[in-house]
Amino acid sequence: MKRPVLMKKGAEANLYLADWHGRKVVLKKRLPKEYRPKMLDEQIRAYRTTHEPQLMHEAKKAGVPTPIIFLVDHKNATVIMEYIEGKQVKQLLNEISKSQRQNLCFRIGELIGKLHEYGIVHGDLTTSNLIQRSEGKIFFLDFGLGDKTKELEARGVDLHLMKRALQSTHYKFARECFESAIEGYSTVRSETSEKVLDKIREIERRGRYVAERKERE
Amino acid sequence: MTRKKARERYCLGIESSADDFSVGISTFNGKILANTIDAYVPAEGGIHPREAARHHAEVASKVLDAAVEESGVKPQNLSVIAFSQGPGLGPCLRTGATVARALASYLKIPLVGINHCVAHIEIGKLKTRTKNPLTLYVSGGNTMVAAFDAGRYRVFGETLDIALGNCLDVFAREAGLHQKPDLPFGAVVEKLAQNGKQLIKLPYTVKGMDVSLSGLLTAAAALSKKGEYKLENLCYSLQETAFSMVTEVAERALAHTGREEVLLTGGVAANKRLQSMIRSVAMEHNARFDVVPTRFAIDNGAMIAWTGVLAYTHGTVTAIEKSQVRLRWRLEEVEIPWIQ
Repeated sequence: MKRPVLMKKGAEANLYLADWHGRKVVLKKRLPKEYRPKMLDEQIRAYRTTHEPQLMHEAKKAGVPTPIIFLVDHKNATVIMEYIEGKQVKQLLNEISKSQRQNLCFRIGELIGKLHEYGIVHGDLTTSNLIQRSEGKIFFLDFGLGDKTKELEARGVDLHLMKRALQSTHYKFARECFESAIEGYSTVRSETSEKVLDKIREIERRGRYVAERKERE
Repeated sequence: MTRKKARERYCLGIESSADDFSVGISTFNGKILANTIDAYVPAEGGIHPREAARHHAEVASKVLDAAVEESGVKPQNLSVIAFSQGPGLGPCLRTGATVARALASYLKIPLVGINHCVAHIEIGKLKTRTKNPLTLYVSGGNTMVAAFDAGRYRVFGETLDIALGNCLDVFAREAGLHQKPDLPFGAVVEKLAQNGKQLIKLPYTVKGMDVSLSGLLTAAAALSKKGEYKLENLCYSLQETAFSMVTEVAERALAHTGREEVLLTGGVAANKRLQSMIRSVAMEHNARFDVVPTRFAIDNGAMIAWTGVLAYTHGTVTAIEKSQVRLRWRLEEVEIPWIQ
């Protein structure tokens, strides 16, 4: 293997671009975190290193594109996966027209719907974890905080987090993006999506200083 | 000299959103001349909003007098009155707002309603000389990671349920610990945790850039009732787990925003262990780390006075009839015209 090049220093892992048996791959290495106790650190890293590839594999069965996993190295908390050539949705949203944005978000919503329908929640639905390849396929990355669950609560939190991520990073079109995503989500199974939307409202009301709760005062 | 002094302008700020009643006085150049804080310490249990509000009403004139005397500023030389308009506990906020309205009317000077969370960030920046930090604000009522972007402070991460300080306080009460005026629950837990060695497994819940602390609290409190573990070890485990969660989301936000400064503030910022954790991630991302001095990190009037200066000098005035308190006023609802 050629010497891997540091591509991104993330919050919990370093991503290296490498050449692996003639393939362009990403090495995702979860580094020890000095700030937390060793035991907790090892538990967290071991858990996520094991679960992330499993969830990515399951996501494919749900019809949601994710990078191919080539190798899981538990000892070094490293996963080797396919490098996806494309553009981060985070960037893309700022470069395209309104109708393109709505279309993109609709398709993202559809994919989230499929994921949830299959019993997976992503756990960190930010636009930097979504990559669109040149032919248009949208890939989901970073399942480290994901979970296998069909609970309505978990689905609601998943979408609530996405809404929040849109509001903090794409405040200009957060609303239209989220609405389009929900439209796409609803096409997968409408009666569930109604319940999920109610759940999101409930989660928001539970949160601190929420406008909706204010209205009822 | 006297002429120069006469030109100096001052803002008096009142903070009363929770258990502290405080009055601060700031010059328009950001010199803090007074910051008097009087804390309500319940005999037992948590903050009862009505009891806390009664405390505030009782100490208001005493605290005002003390702040005015300390500052050496004559009330008639004040230019503006600022008050904490929210978020917070209704009865407590209303008490402070009433005092502020009375003062402004009596002195015939403008009134400015300030968002409590904005004030925490602004005084933190003033006191640590940071410019554009990622702020981790952890207190009894709030737990959030925020940074300025395009006209407002954006909340990147926060708690999905209870605040970090609240988690520590309630655990301490459930475990039968007691606080004193100079030793709040957080400090009691911190002290015990220093002697803890065994890490007990507790729920660790990070969701995206948000945390959930209620499950952790329930589990830790239940274990303390069982009496299987030494209290030192429980305090240690609670702190390590809760702080690791908060630090993880702070690091996520730091990687996401790429800021070069990290500011730690709020009552829990006084905790040395939390400071060391946040310092560690700041260093890893080549960011400068600052913790706000405790008297300006806890709820205080100086932060309201200083933010009052910023708001007033950028055109914000709150008419008396629009000065009702805003219990759930979120940080990102506030427009920040003083940052370019």
